[in-house]
Amino acid sequence: MKRFAIAALLTTLAAAPALADSAGPAPKPAARGAAAISGFMAHFPFEGGQAVYEGVCQGCHMPGAVGAVGAGAYPALAKDENLETGAYPVLLILKGQKAMPGFSMQLDDKQIADVVNYVRTHFGNHYSDKVSVDDVKAMR
Amino acid sequence: MTDRNDAPSRRSLLSMIGVVAGSAAMYHAMTELGFAGESTFTGPPKLGAPPPGTSVLVLGAGIAGMVAAMELRDAGYKVQVLEYNGRAGGRNWSLYGGDTYTELGGFTQKVGFDPGQYINPGPWRLPYHHQGILHYVNRLNVALEPFTQVNYNAYVHSTTAFGGKPVRYREVQADFYGHVSELLSKSTKQGALDQAVSKQDQEILLAALKNWGALDGDYKYATGLEAGERRGYVKDPGGGLNSMPIAGKAIALPELLQSGLWTAIGAGLAYDMQSAIFQPKGGMGMIGKAFGKALEPLIQYSCKVVDIHQDEKGVTATYIDSEKGGTRKTATADWCVCTIPASVLSQIPMNVGAPMKAAINQLPYMAATKVGLQMKRRFWEEDDQIYGGQSYTDQPNTMIGYPMWDYFSKGKGVLLGAYNFGTPAFIAAAKPPEERIKDALEYGSKIHPQYKDEFECGVAVAWHRVPWTLGCAGFWTEESRAAHYDDLCAIDGRIVLAGEHASRIPAWQEGAVTSAVDAITRLHKKVMS
Repeated sequence: MKRFAIAALLTTLAAAPALADSAGPAPKPAARGAAAISGFMAHFPFEGGQAVYEGVCQGCHMPGAVGAVGAGAYPALAKDENLETGAYPVLLILKGQKAMPGFSMQLDDKQIADVVNYVRTHFGNHYSDKVSVDDVKAMR
Repeated sequence: MTDRNDAPSRRSLLSMIGVVAGSAAMYHAMTELGFAGESTFTGPPKLGAPPPGTSVLVLGAGIAGMVAAMELRDAGYKVQVLEYNGRAGGRNWSLYGGDTYTELGGFTQKVGFDPGQYINPGPWRLPYHHQGILHYVNRLNVALEPFTQVNYNAYVHSTTAFGGKPVRYREVQADFYGHVSELLSKSTKQGALDQAVSKQDQEILLAALKNWGALDGDYKYATGLEAGERRGYVKDPGGGLNSMPIAGKAIALPELLQSGLWTAIGAGLAYDMQSAIFQPKGGMGMIGKAFGKALEPLIQYSCKVVDIHQDEKGVTATYIDSEKGGTRKTATADWCVCTIPASVLSQIPMNVGAPMKAAINQLPYMAATKVGLQMKRRFWEEDDQIYGGQSYTDQPNTMIGYPMWDYFSKGKGVLLGAYNFGTPAFIAAAKPPEERIKDALEYGSKIHPQYKDEFECGVAVAWHRVPWTLGCAGFWTEESRAAHYDDLCAIDGRIVLAGEHASRIPAWQEGAVTSAVDAITRLHKKVMS
């Protein structure tokens, strides 16, 4: 573990001289626990479709996937006919659309497959064909 | 290591920095790589008079919209402003006790702060070289006070270094400079730099290193009083008897390097973070309020724009009441300055050409969260001698900001308990506000155990749930700028866009000001041509 940490540190130093000028907090490279999610592009620490939805997606699409309306709107994912083709939500999560950022760097293939399969079978959606990890990988 | 020869793209470099060093580091790296930049403001625009009766519709009463409205009005244009909120300012905004804030999803917070206490959910700094926003601050007679970026007595903290105990900023900085100076001195003396530095310059270099690193007569960074003059003492020098200072023990180099805490000591190095920096007395929102008052008859509040249409004669915005909905009304003018964030604008039907449409539609908005925590007493001042500035941590709150007003007052104070971007901000946005506050308390108490006894009330703003922006600021990359930035800024028929998203100073108010000045200068030229 320690060897990994130092190797990661040296790699970063070699690649990123800007780091020395940063005003940021002071993580260990192989951060664990709370520190593991502090980085701008840190990996989301959620396992399983429901956990990913509730940990990330519901920030905008809301609990219950009901969406929200202000000056602009977040689309509801409940009873959403756009989910009929599994590739569509995969593509949106990877690449983003309009204001929605892409999450290809923060979610891995399994997390994306899991959350797509979860949303497509919950919130009044009944699309039972599953998206696989390989499907997601192929769309990256 | 085989991929060492592949120069990483800026984007992958940034994501790597983000992963390793946290969001503040990411921001500074963005600055360094030219995503952020300095202002081009050279004074307010000198537009000259338009043909009599020429009208401009300004959409949005944030900083960009109000700069445009004020300058166009002054030049002689007939100006009307439509604003979604019931107040002026946009992201220029402070939350005070008694305020009620409802985010998307219907989560409502009633701010319980005492009179005089506030947080700035959005921008909070005015660097001295942001002469554009400072020009309007002065014009509007908004009083400023100093903003402290670097506080040498604040903490830097890693959950995995020094047993999770915070260390003072000055100790880490002094020890890092000291050790590096000692190493470089040794290399110089051993002749390792003979190729790079002439003999004569080596003498100068040694003197400089001794000075920079607080080395002793043997060019050692020792646990002595020389180092104490930089890193502080275990017991400070005093007066009278028993007044001798006692030096502390420097952190050893391997421990210091492995702690990662050196990432935190560049806080004031970036151009945007260099002293002097200012903040408006009483909250950043004072600027928006003053602007709103100065433009009072021009701004119509609670207008949600639902359609923007231009033809050969003019521009028509259709809007409804942002709270009650109801009847569709229209506002028409010869020209339009649209400052609606791209996140919202991408959802509003607007007949502009494909290039501008594509530019609006490709811009994602960043996640950011701020949490304000009111404490019964100013324990950071009373117990820790921290007066303003920020402490940094590797926890998801990333920092604690100390109030930079009412120093030494006996009363309460509001801490900025969390300010994060990216992943931790997305995670915070997915939680209800009270849980964001609970998290900030948990993280902060690792640095200040006083938190748990002294906390009274808090407020949490996650920018993806802010109803009128759907995110904190436009997130450009080098690639997206190359492909779309000019198309976003170019005038399309009778419509021009402005705002921080149409600037190279993203997320800064200076970006909004310089974008607005540039947009109306070009628009006026078109009007006169």
